[in-house]
Parts: sequence; structure tokens; C-alpha cells
Amino acid sequence: MPEFDLAFIWAGLIAFAVLAYVILDGFDLGVGILFPLFDKGVQRDQAMNSVAPVWDGNETWLVLGGGGLMAVFPLAYATVLPALYAPIIAMLLGLVFRGVAFEYRWRTHRARWIWDWAFFSGSLVAALAQGIALGALVQGIAIENREYVGGWWDWLTPFSMLTGAALAVGYALLGATWLNMKTTDAVRERARSFVWWAMLATLALIGIVSLWTPFIDPLYYERWFTFPTEIFSFLVPAAIVGCVWIMWQGMVRNRDAWPFLSALGIFILCYIGIGISFYPYIVPAALTIEEAAAPEASLEFLLVGAIVLVPMILGYTIYAYWVFRGKVDPESGYH
Amino acid sequence: MFEGFDAIFLARLQFAFTVSFHIIFPAFSIGLASYLTVLNGLHLWTGKPVYLSLFDYWKKIFAVAFGMGVVSGITMSYQFGTNWSVFSDKTGPVLGPLMGYEVLTAFFLEAGFLGVMLFGRERVGEKLHFFATAMVGVGTLISATWILAVNSWMHTPAGYSINEVGQFVPEDWWAIVFNPSFPYRLVHMVLAAYLTTAFVVGGVGALHLLRRDIDTPGARTMFSMAMWMATLVAPIQIFAGDLHGLNTLEHQPAKIAAMEGHYDDHPDGAPLILFGLPDDDAETVRYSVEIPKLSSLILTHELDGPLRGLKSWAKDERPPAELIFWTFRVMVAIGFAMLGFGIWSLWARWRGRLYRAPWLHRAAVIMSPMGFVAVLCGWITTEVGRQPYVVYGMLKTAEAASPLAAPAVGTSLMAFIVIYTAVFGAGTYYILRLMNRPAIAIDEPVDSEGPVRAGGIMPGPSHGKDAADHA
Ligand code: HDD
Ligand code: HEM
Ligand code: HEM
Repeated sequence: MPEFDLAFIWAGLIAFAVLAYVILDGFDLGVGILFPLFDKGVQRDQAMNSVAPVWDGNETWLVLGGGGLMAVFPLAYATVLPALYAPIIAMLLGLVFRGVAFEYRWRTHRARWIWDWAFFSGSLVAALAQGIALGALVQGIAIENREYVGGWWDWLTPFSMLTGAALAVGYALLGATWLNMKTTDAVRERARSFVWWAMLATLALIGIVSLWTPFIDPLYYERWFTFPTEIFSFLVPAAIVGCVWIMWQGMVRNRDAWPFLSALGIFILCYIGIGISFYPYIVPAALTIEEAAAPEASLEFLLVGAIVLVPMILGYTIYAYWVFRGKVDPESGYH
Repeated sequence: MFEGFDAIFLARLQFAFTVSFHIIFPAFSIGLASYLTVLNGLHLWTGKPVYLSLFDYWKKIFAVAFGMGVVSGITMSYQFGTNWSVFSDKTGPVLGPLMGYEVLTAFFLEAGFLGVMLFGRERVGEKLHFFATAMVGVGTLISATWILAVNSWMHTPAGYSINEVGQFVPEDWWAIVFNPSFPYRLVHMVLAAYLTTAFVVGGVGALHLLRRDIDTPGARTMFSMAMWMATLVAPIQIFAGDLHGLNTLEHQPAKIAAMEGHYDDHPDGAPLILFGLPDDDAETVRYSVEIPKLSSLILTHELDGPLRGLKSWAKDERPPAELIFWTFRVMVAIGFAMLGFGIWSLWARWRGRLYRAPWLHRAAVIMSPMGFVAVLCGWITTEVGRQPYVVYGMLKTAEAASPLAAPAVGTSLMAFIVIYTAVFGAGTYYILRLMNRPAIAIDEPVDSEGPVRAGGIMPGPSHGKDAADHA
């Protein structure tokens, strides 16, 4: 059954694109969320310069996730996006605000505070909206006859509010650990104090979401508490504890890359947890990967390119990060 | 504000609004990215500082425009799903992979090398920096290629079949990408981007030449380069536009009839209506000024060539002539104005007065935003002329929309209007302010006539010192 296989390869690739987006844009959205907590002037400049050369590349993974979904799972794209209309539009507008702030804030003195504020609020809105969208998707959306049939407020539930907050706090943790790794002096000191708080809050919120999720749908309950998938119900939390330990060690021993890497680890683990709960659905309990897949000819055509191009993209993305490796020089200005 | 409109109308308005904003930025950044590559290359090759200073000058402007293009583009890529879900479900298997390739081959390339291009000159050295700039430029062109393949397929669908659930299914990728209108649209659009940019660059150069305090070698070089570009490309663009129109006549004759304002069939030679007021209800053009037979001559290359009029289509199969009759004329008028301008600049150059021709410079300043107007008018002609279809002849726009409630779309439309106007208005203001700075090379000071006042005609705290620039 070649069709079957291609659809699953693509599910994996889309999942990879979304994960790449979440961890990459996650840290630069996180920097935005923490932005107002830094002093005006040099501190904020340094925080922003640490992400300025890479944010555009980070956000491109979002375009790949969206565009890729339309290409290979058009039915999922056509039902999930209308269902999540309000959060998606809010996310897009948030990304507009924070995206332009990178350039605009250097173009004015008088109005810089406006763009500092836009950077913060846009990042926060985008993070909350993404978390809410995730929560709403976990709760399931109403699909009949290849169409979304729910209302335009269905996404708003206590659970989706919780996941919104959890993702925003998680991004803040990524942002804080990133700044700890990339900056020096006062910015780093302050970022370090945020790492502690964000770590505690992230763990608490992950805990609550995890305790709640199995009771949302019998599908999840079964996944989490029956053999063999229940193994993961122990492995994933154990690995998260391991990550927290590394983060803590990195902090007290001044190994500045460790906390960031372990924050990435926490995100990846949570993501794996979600993946296990969803499988084989792409929209839980409503659409399976196979049902949503585009015809084989579409999957094949794009896969050929993806196999060649994704490694190249990863190559020059790593190169771009390499060019800007090391701590940000607090003296150097903008381009 | 939007009570009484249905969700589909609002969704169309929202799509038209957001894509119109989006196209403005790519039209500029496609041209500017190529220009920056040329400047960077010329500097590498000749070692003249003026090219480097021009590069740095336009790089800042590019960064702002590019940022606006990216954020408005991300909105577009999600709007297909949020607002046109039936369209996405049905065309996703054909158009999705093309857009997927756009992301993989173009957007990542641009984004990956943009950081190096903007911030990395000192870190990677001159040659690699040139390479990064070239990659950004190539990326913008690749992006235009894919997205225009997508758009052209919607006008002239080819290479597909339809499956049991009503989706378009790819049969022949070559035929899909190289669909009948694609080559024409690609050439016309890329030339449009180059022309638009040439007139912006030329307008800025002219502005500096007019103001003696910021008349520098940089200003002269950019003016001269832009004038060459405009002179050479404007005639090619008119030629390409003519071919594009002939192609449209073949595939979408109703669109041509609406553009030309022809309601009646003309079996033996149609007149060219220069001006007039088309009236779709009365099916006639009021106050028309006509040249007999010329339309047939242009479109069929025969004085007596037959042309169909709108009346030969059912009323609900016709595009609205009232709008595109005009948008088409505005675009063509601008095209000819650009041609005339190019000839004028050639004449001034030949007389050795290119840098001392105040009227030419004033005209260049007035012409500088006209490329954008032409691009928007061209797109409106193309897109509105396709109505009532979104995939020509196959899928009606009204049947392609998401099942959304009108208040939801009305609210998002309002949010887009308010936020885009504020954000892109501010960006445009910053770009204008950047354009008001002199372009000075590192070791060639301006004739000293007091301090450089980059604040210029713009009020604000940047007076005297180009504050924002040195941040
Ligand atoms: C600087 C921009 C610019 C200029 C000077 C012109 N155009 Fe244009 N035109 C465009 C920018 C543009 C465009 C934005 O690129 C369009 C919109 C969609 C497309 O494919 O190209 C377009 C569309 C467009 C179409 C519609 C094609 C369709 O049916 O889809 C025709 C027939 C022409 N053009 C013809 C012309 C002629 C005869 C021109 C000169 C006398 C001309 N254009 C100048
Ligand atoms: C870039 C400049 C563009 C402009 C200014 C523009 C403008 C417009 C306008 C005014 C309409 C509304 C037509 C009507 O309802 O009568 C429209 C429709 C549409 N356009 Fe474009 N368009 C542009 C490019 C594109 C591109 C590149 C695509 C596809 C990739 C596209 C896809 C669509 C679709 C799907 C519709 C249908 C929705 C509708 O009819 O409102 N457009 N466009
Ligand atoms: C003729 C019409 C279009 C052309 C020529 C065009 C071209 C471009 C170019 C050159 C860029 C990158 C440069 C910049 O950001 O300024 C860009 C950005 C973008 N465009 Fe368009 N575009 C068109 C219409 C559309 C449409 C209809 C969509 C929606 C699917 C779209 C989606 C995007 C996206 C998602 C980005 C951001 C890319 C990034 O993250 O780097 N574009 N476009």
C-alpha cells in the first residue's frame, strides 16, 4: 500500500516542520514575551539583536507547516483553519506586529516605545493564540461532509485557555534560556532570574495539562493507560525530570548552553507525547492521516523535492546560526 | 459597519485588501534585491566606494520593505485555509505542492541568507557576503515564479482531472506549472517589479539631485542606473503586455471584452474605445471616444478581425467591465508614460544634462510611485476579470469560501484594515524618511555647505542628525 506509506511519511515531515517551528520561533517569541522586563536602551537592544538575524528563518517553518498542510493534507487544512478562525487571525496579526518591530524600532527614537510594545504584545498574542489553537485541536473539532460544522467560538474553553497560557510560559522559558546563552552582563543576569521562574511555571502547567488531557476524550485515556503506549506515560515524564536536572546543573555551574538545550528537550518530549496521543488521527477523533491525505501524485511530487531540499535548508540554516555564534556583542549596533 | 453584507463578500474584500497590501512589498523587494546584488557585485568588481555606500543605503530600505513583505505574506498563506476552505480542499492537491516548493526553494533561501546579507558583512567577508545577497535576490525571483504558476493555473487550469470527492487531481505536473498563461504572467510581473523599483530608485536619486545639500556622487549613480533600467525595460514591458493580452484573448475572451468595453459582438472589426463610462446594466459605454477597427488590429492583427462582446455571455458569467475597463487603462497609460520618460532621460543623457535637468528630476519624483499603481491596477484587471470564477470555468468564487459567519469575517476584516493601515503606514513613513538621507560614500564628503541635514522636509526629532540611522 504505497499510498498509505507516503501519507505517513508526510505526517512525519509535517510534524517535523511544526516542531522545528515551535522550538525555533518559540525562543524568539519568548524573547519578545520577556522584552518589557528588560531596561530600555542597551539591554533591550542586546536582547533583540540576539534574535534579529534568525527570526525570519524561524518563522518560515510556520509557512512550511501551513503550506505543506495544504499540499499534503488539504482536507485537514480546510477544516482546522476555519474551526480555529479567531485564534489563527489573532496569531497572524500578532506576527505582523512583532515582525515589523525588528526593523521599525531602529528607525525612530520618539516612537521606539511603540515598537517595543508591539514586539512584546505581538509575541504574546501569537504565543497565546498558538497554545489556544493546540488546546482546541486536542479537544476535537466538528467535521461533517468535508466541512467544519461548528460555531466560530467553539475554540474558547477552559482547557484551551490553559494550553494557551502553558505555551506562552514555555516560550518564555525558551527565550530566557536563549538569552542566558547568547548575552552577557546585565541582560544575562536578568535572564537567569527569569529562567528559574519560567521553569517552575512551565513544569506546573505541563503537569496540569497532562492530568487533564486523558479525561477529555476516551481516545487519550486509552492511549495513556493501556499497554504498550502507557510505557511512554512513564518514560516521557522521567525524561522531562532528566532535562530539568540538566537545566539546573547548567544554571548553577554556568554552562550557558545547557539550560537552553534542556528547554528544547522538554519541548520535544511534550511534543512526542502529543504525537502519541493523536496517532493515527490528524484531527483527533475526526480525521485520520489517511483520510486527509492528498492523492498519491501530490504526495510524491512534493516528497521528491523535500528529500533533496530539506537537508540543504537545514545545512544553510545551521550555517546562518554558525555565522552568528557566540555571545552577542553589546557594543555592536544594528545593520 | 459591515451589516447587510454576506460572509462571502466580506471574505472577498478581505482577500483583495490583504493581497493588495502584500503585492506592493514583493514588487519592490524583487527589484531591490536584484539591484542590491548588482551593487554588491559592482563594488567587488570595481572596488569603487560609491557602490558600497549605495548598497548600504538601499539595504536599510530593503530590510524594512522585506519585513513588511514577509509578515503580509504569512497572512496570505493561511488565508486560503481560514477563508477559502472549499477552494483549499479542492485545489490543494494541485496548488499546495507548488506553494510547498515555493517555501522550500525560495522562502527558506531568502530567510536563510537575509541575516548574513544584513548583518554579516564583517563576519563572512566580501565574497560570501556577495553570495548571500545574490541568494536573497535569486530567492525572490524563484518565489515569484512559483506563486505566479499558482495564480496562472487558477486562470488557465491544465494538467488535472477531478476525483470522486470533487478535488482537482494532478495528472501532469509539467502542464500544471507551465499552464498557458504562466510564461506571460511571469515575464510581465517580473518586469513590472524591475520597473517599479527603477522608478523608485530614480525618484530618490532625482530628489537628491534637486536638493543641492544632498546631491552626492551616490545620488548621481543611482539616478543614472535607474534611468538605464527604465529606458530599457519600459518598451519590453509594453511588448510583453501586448503578448499577455493576446494570450488572455485566447483563454479568457470575456475578460478582454470587459477590459475593452465591448458589449456588442463585432464580427467585422472592433473599435478601440479610448475613454468612456461603461455601464453594465445598460450594456453600453457612455460618452465613448473611439478609433474604428483599432481594437481588432491590436488583438487580432487584422483590421476586420472578429471580436466577441460581453452580450454573448450570460449575465452571471460576465466580469464587471465598469471596474476593469478603467484599471486596465490606468496601467497602460502608466506604461506609456514610463516609455516616454525613458526616452526623455535618454535625450538628456545624450545632451550631457542628465544631472542638471530639473524638470526631468521633478518628473522623476512624480513618477516614482507609479509602478505600484500600475501593479495594483494590473492585478485588479486580472483578478476581477476572472470573476465569477476563482478557478476559471471550473470553480465559482462564491462556492469556494469557508462556512464562516458574517460577523466573524467582518471582525477580522476590520482588524486587518486597522492594523495594516497603521503598521504599513508607519513602515512607509520610515522608508520615506530613509530615502530622504543623502547617500554618501565613506571617503567622499559632500561639498561643504554646512552640516548635512537629513531631517529635511520631514519634521521630527531626527533633524540635524540622522538619528534613527545610527541606532
Ligand atoms: C509596472 C507595472 C506594469 C506596467 C507598466 C504594465 N503592466 Fe500590465 N500588468 C502588470 C503590471 C504592469 C502586472 C501587475 O504584472 C499584471 C497583473 C497580473 C499580471 O499577470 O500582470 C498586469 C496585467 C496585465 C494584463 C492582464 C493579463 C490577464 O489577463 O491576466 C494585460 C493585458 C496587460 N497587463 C497589458 C499591459 C500593457 C499593454 C502595458 C503597457 C502599455 C502594461 N500592461 C503595462
Ligand atoms: C498581488 C496582487 C493581487 C491583487 C491586487 C489581487 C486582487 C484581487 C481582487 C481585487 C480580487 C477580488 C475580485 C472580485 O471579487 O471581483 C481577487 C480575487 C482573488 N485573488 Fe487576487 N489579487 C492579486 C494576486 C493574487 C494571487 C497571486 C493569487 C493566488 C495565488 C490570488 C488569488 C485570488 C483568489 C483566490 C481570489 C478569489 C477570491 C475573490 O474573488 O475575492 N490573487 N484578487
Ligand atoms: C504575484 C503575487 C506574489 C508575488 C510575486 C509574491 C512574491 C513574494 C516574494 C518575492 C516574497 C519574499 C520577499 C518579501 O517578503 O518581500 C514573498 C513573501 C511571501 N509571500 Fe508572496 N507573492 C505573491 C503573492 C502571494 C500570495 C497570494 C501568497 C499566499 C499564498 C504569498 C505568500 C507569501 C508568504 C507566506 C511570504 C513570506 C515568506 C517568508 O516568510 O519569507 N504571496 N512573496
